Amino acid sequence: MKPSAFEYFAPHTVKEAVELLEKYEDEAKILAGGQSLVPIMNFRLGRPEVLIDINNIKDLDYIKEEEDHLLIGALTRERDLELSPLVKEKCPILVEAVSFVGHVAIRNRGTIGGSLVHADPSSELPTVICCLEGEMRVVGPSGERTLEPEEFFLTYLTTSLEPSEILVEIKIPTLPQNTRWSFVELSRRVGDFAVVGVATLLFMEEGGVCKEARIALGGVASTPIRAEEAEEVLAGQKITDALIEKAGEEAAEATETEPDYHASAEYRKEMARVFVQKGLHEALSRVKGGK
Amino acid sequence: MTERRRIVVKVNGMPYEREVEARRLLVDFLRDDLELIGTHVGCEHGICGACTILFNGRAARSCLMFAVQADGAEVMTIEGLAEDGKLHPIQEAFQEHHGLQCGFCTPGMLMTSYEFLNENSDPSEEEVRKTISGVLCRCTGYKQVIDSVMAAAAEMKGK
Repeated sequence: MKPSAFEYFAPHTVKEAVELLEKYEDEAKILAGGQSLVPIMNFRLGRPEVLIDINNIKDLDYIKEEEDHLLIGALTRERDLELSPLVKEKCPILVEAVSFVGHVAIRNRGTIGGSLVHADPSSELPTVICCLEGEMRVVGPSGERTLEPEEFFLTYLTTSLEPSEILVEIKIPTLPQNTRWSFVELSRRVGDFAVVGVATLLFMEEGGVCKEARIALGGVASTPIRAEEAEEVLAGQKITDALIEKAGEEAAEATETEPDYHASAEYRKEMARVFVQKGLHEALSRVKGGK
Repeated sequence: MTERRRIVVKVNGMPYEREVEARRLLVDFLRDDLELIGTHVGCEHGICGACTILFNGRAARSCLMFAVQADGAEVMTIEGLAEDGKLHPIQEAFQEHHGLQCGFCTPGMLMTSYEFLNENSDPSEEEVRKTISGVLCRCTGYKQVIDSVMAAAAEMKGK
């Protein structure tokens, strides 16, 4: 099908975009990469009265390093994240996660901000941002605020952004040397949404002890979730196969899966266990700054 | 609501000036307004890849963009591949290796391969498989498509 008619604006600044959002509120949708919004409009599942195309706001397209974190403009294309030597060096898990998003032609247009705001719990960027404890900087008529993943993702396709707010920047910590990491997922075909996606970070101490473990899962609840019990199993420990086994079981317990077209609830839960274990094994074989 | 906008788009090196409704999809603009019907409309939600074009040098689904967004941009379609009536090496390879049957997905296959081979002059078959997985073909089983892209890579590298 074709989208229904809408009024189109293409502001050049965040200020203009916020003014338009303030004026039209719920009637308006922001168009970034359009890789989720336009299919919804083509199917007429969504019929926004007003589209605010932010592709001309060039100030929102950047990747830079500041002290111990990366600052990424919301309009940064997924493909640019994937190809960025800076991201690869400072936060390789993000490059790995984004490489699972759709196909190159999708990543050429799709943006980090668009993916996060769309908040599909099966998609890779929300999951990895949850694991990294990234922060979302949003701007509205009365100023700006910063949101952590737990505050930002509310439920399926829903964030805590107000109708007149816009996501402008994502702040991601750079990973210390020797951090172990992985991003693994189960999907039916290359490029499909994940049945289960798992982001794993292991912060290591001298002597091979895991100081802190972070495991985030996508596709198993209404938002990406952290498997806190599984993380506790690993924290302060030398990681063994037995601990990995246990962590997988704890993570599966944390899921709140619902059956859908792709998988039954039981299957998703079981795959959460399997993929958390797979993610941990893979993380142990990968070191930031190493080969 | 049906306001029309004047846009100027360069397609295959030729500037076109047209008035379009904001909701006009880029693929429909190319096919219906410019009568460049080489680009195909398949699924209209970005899955099948038949409508893949190059937008400012990068592969994009033209069913997921609006024509108004192409104002001032450079678009390349399948019609821009051959030069002076001579087929591009990718097109020749698809012809030679039977990389198509019904031809519906072919514009997407060619434009996807074009971007890919420009960035990877010496691809592995694995990389080609992954790239081609972004375009759905329901005829060939992909084997001949992969053979075609590998042959095109060899040909282009030899030049």
